[in-house]
Amino acid sequence: MNDTTTINAKEEALLARFEEKVQNGDAIEPRDWMPEKYRKHLIRQISQHAHSEVIGMQPEGNWVTRAPSLRAKQILLAKIQDEGGHGLYLYSACETLGISREEMIEQLQSGKAKYSNIFNYQTLNWADIGAVGWLVDGAAIVNQVSLQRTSYAPYSRAMVRICKEESFHQRQGYEIMAEMAKGTPEQSEMAQDALNRWWWPSLMMFGPHDGDSPRSADAFRWKIKRQTNDELRQKFIDKTVQQAEVIGLTIPDPDLKWNEEKQCYDYGKINWEEFNQVINGNGPCNKQRIDHHKRVHTEGAWVREAAEAYRLKTQNN
Amino acid sequence: MSKDTQFDSWEVFMQSRPGANFIHQGSVHASDKKMAIQNARDTYSRRGEGTSIWVVPSNAIAASTTEDADMLFDPANDKIFRLPTFYTMPEGAKHI
Amino acid sequence: MTQQEALFQYTLRLGDTSLIHAQRLSEWCSNGPILEEDLALTNFALDFIGRSQVLLTYAGALEGKGRTDDMLAYRRNERQYFNCLLAELPNGDFGVTMVRLLFLAAFEKELFTALQNSEDETLAALAKKTLKEVRYHLEHAADWVIRLGNGTEESHARVQKAVNELWMFTGDMFDMDETDKLLIAADIAVDLSTIKTKWDNYISGVLEAANLQQPTSSYMQSGSKNAIHTEYLGHLLGEMQYLQLAYPYAKW
Repeated sequence: MNDTTTINAKEEALLARFEEKVQNGDAIEPRDWMPEKYRKHLIRQISQHAHSEVIGMQPEGNWVTRAPSLRAKQILLAKIQDEGGHGLYLYSACETLGISREEMIEQLQSGKAKYSNIFNYQTLNWADIGAVGWLVDGAAIVNQVSLQRTSYAPYSRAMVRICKEESFHQRQGYEIMAEMAKGTPEQSEMAQDALNRWWWPSLMMFGPHDGDSPRSADAFRWKIKRQTNDELRQKFIDKTVQQAEVIGLTIPDPDLKWNEEKQCYDYGKINWEEFNQVINGNGPCNKQRIDHHKRVHTEGAWVREAAEAYRLKTQNN
Repeated sequence: MSKDTQFDSWEVFMQSRPGANFIHQGSVHASDKKMAIQNARDTYSRRGEGTSIWVVPSNAIAASTTEDADMLFDPANDKIFRLPTFYTMPEGAKHI
Repeated sequence: MTQQEALFQYTLRLGDTSLIHAQRLSEWCSNGPILEEDLALTNFALDFIGRSQVLLTYAGALEGKGRTDDMLAYRRNERQYFNCLLAELPNGDFGVTMVRLLFLAAFEKELFTALQNSEDETLAALAKKTLKEVRYHLEHAADWVIRLGNGTEESHARVQKAVNELWMFTGDMFDMDETDKLLIAADIAVDLSTIKTKWDNYISGVLEAANLQQPTSSYMQSGSKNAIHTEYLGHLLGEMQYLQLAYPYAKW
């Protein structure tokens, strides 16, 4: 028996043990043995999730200084701050897999790491802040609730905390939409306009249809993902349609109708061509978002360098 | 341009009320102790949770693995004499 | 001027300074030098908005014309705002924002410490509550100014420049007029000349620890007590009030 086969045999035993643990529903901790593919998959998914929280601060931040009341300003700021905090929890969870935050930021800025496509769309009026909270956070919550049971423990712990904190986010968005929908004619027009523009991109947030989703198999076997894209999307649609009706807004899908037999809504065709275009950099704000991130990162460099220099000088810290 | 720094990682433990255990919350990045405490406060008590904070450099934490769990924890399972319910108390004895 | 009118004016000044400073700090949202600091700056902005809501609501009640905090915030122009000049100055780089926070928080710490003994119960209660957050703001700002002053050559130069440029706007915080005199006589307001020395001492201490020079120029801008502002305020308000002005009949 040569060395390679010994290593392989050992590796196979570890892998078998790992798969067994995951199948039993045991959580995986950072120092436990894990297959390289599992680690890579997690790094990709968690860092993408973290970047989404951080980039997501921008479209909402676009309205902080223009929020129409002190209460609205306060709530919006608190919400964006939460997104930042959630980005931070997720970066930390990802760091336990042996990648630094510096590297993750580098990958975001070079385009190697992605963030949620939804944030490449623009917030054009105040109702967009409502739509983002109601639809985008609403879609995110559906996904995140499912991720609380993900197999990697630090990710799961972060998701539990995030879900707890996010419960108010969707409500604040829906409240804005409801207020505007019953407001002046101009306001209800803004509300409908925002729904029209955000509805389809929100559905795309769940990713491609199950048949077209690469990499899904591993993610399910390892219990990183617990429900399919289409299952989650359906869940989101089913709960949102009624909410739109209550506040008198129309979901911009002529094919949307209740399917008595399946006990869920049938919906129209998603424009995957648009989805692919936006993913590939052709969304209205792709460049703006990354430029913003790079600018802030560069402008903050002297501050971070100064703090490190100060620490080295004082050392007793 | 010099290499980017996002500061070192610190583990954050918080106490929810005076006298309670300090419980691990997560981590933050900071360049020094004082900044770590402030960042921990701004990150993990945004909703007013907590009365006191500990921060520890993440690289100072030593951790066992779940593979070691059998060795570390199973031997304690048969020492039920450590548990108060192991003992039979005479009828009628109070405050024990 | 009646005492009630003076108290309205006095409360408005405190509320306006909080609000305008909040507006500036909120511009940092998604622009911080590191994620953790982004969260900290947002926390401060939230503290200031909360404080301004209490103060403007109280001012509205004192005025007795039915104006709410939002009406006072969103329906006054730059010649009707009484925030101190320092609060409205642009954020500049992180050094400018931290020095501005240091100057203002050091002032607020002395102000609210003294105001705890105000004969006006509402202001006294607010001062007591506010003091806690102010102490935190002050510590955070002072720590950063000390780090930046002692950090790299670049950070030292930047933060020294910030101190130099903001210095002439600090005097405005301590200006007093009839409003102050009337309320000081009634043991409601704080005599700002009594806290000036404490502020000076504290600031010199921090600047020394930060290895920074205290500017020697004593010429100070003034004007905020008469609602004479820098040109920056008009733009800040134009942005902040945009929706309320564009849709005056809408409720939000």
